[in-house]
Amino acid sequence: MENVSSSSILSPGTVAPDFCLATEPGKLLRLSDLRGQPVVLVFYPADWSPVCGDQLSLYNEILPEFERFNAHLLGISVDGPFCHAAYRQHRNLDLTLLSDFEPKGAVSRQYGAYDSKNGISQRAIFVLDDKGIIRWSYLSPISINPGADGILAALEELQRE
Amino acid sequence: MINSGPTPPLTMPLGTRDHVLGPPDARLVLVEYGDYQCPHCRRAHPIVRQIVARFGDQLKFGFRHFPLSKIHPQARLAAQAAEAAAAQEKFWQMHDLLFRHQDELELDHLAQYAAVLELDVPRFRDELNAGLYARRVQEDVVSGLRSGVNGTPTFYVHNKRFNGGYELDALVNALDTPPTPDTPPT
Repeated sequence: MENVSSSSILSPGTVAPDFCLATEPGKLLRLSDLRGQPVVLVFYPADWSPVCGDQLSLYNEILPEFERFNAHLLGISVDGPFCHAAYRQHRNLDLTLLSDFEPKGAVSRQYGAYDSKNGISQRAIFVLDDKGIIRWSYLSPISINPGADGILAALEELQRE
Repeated sequence: MINSGPTPPLTMPLGTRDHVLGPPDARLVLVEYGDYQCPHCRRAHPIVRQIVARFGDQLKFGFRHFPLSKIHPQARLAAQAAEAAAAQEKFWQMHDLLFRHQDELELDHLAQYAAVLELDVPRFRDELNAGLYARRVQEDVVSGLRSGVNGTPTFYVHNKRFNGGYELDALVNALDTPPTPDTPPT
């Protein structure tokens, strides 16, 4: 079975745990520095998935849709910064990728989005409001690309408030 | 189960704006979001043709654009070329040519296909250069995003996302299964 209980991931209303992770070799990003704008955290299993039009390529394609909401989208996996750099270049990705690399998977664990059996992040999405509160979270079956409809609906909801 | 996971609904049902094969009141509905430069969509194309032939008047099939232009740089222009051909009543003919010549989708190639289809080529070129159909293509993309399109091709069977790929048998089986009512099965 690929269904994973969604009770494990942090739920709406929770303050998003702060973190500081590498965006590229030698460069760090702290989540709390993004306060004041919505943030979308996309945990995903690994760089180099073998399909075109995968989850990250899709989000990369529609970055302007996220920008309409002034939202910052961050991809997170346990791949190291050099791996991310090669992956971003190869796939022509503009979006920011963070390395939950050392200690491995620590941030993913904090969000309840770590698959410790396989040593990878799960396919989990969190939409944070401008104060860093989780407003929507979703855990997808690992083999299913969840698309963007849930994220866009959550951002629209935030904008209406 | 291959077709497991969530099946979000098609938020914008097929309408008069769409390119549709089959009668408008057909019992069975298949919608594809596709990209002319996507190799998977090219492989799915003859399968869709078989399905359309097989179900005949029982089925309406609609195609919408979902160009992933960061990985497929010519896909968006190719989608607009299909729309420019549609403006001259040749959408499906251009659609077939684009998939058949997936590796040749620069503007000059597109104009050659327009000539093959005996379109008004200067008009076709002018419309592409002016980006006349860019918004139309983007409308398709946004409707797909709001419906849970997660790559290409993404199919909707009876207005719900089909997670089972694009093999002939899987799609035929799904189409043969009667549409479920909106209430969840018990």
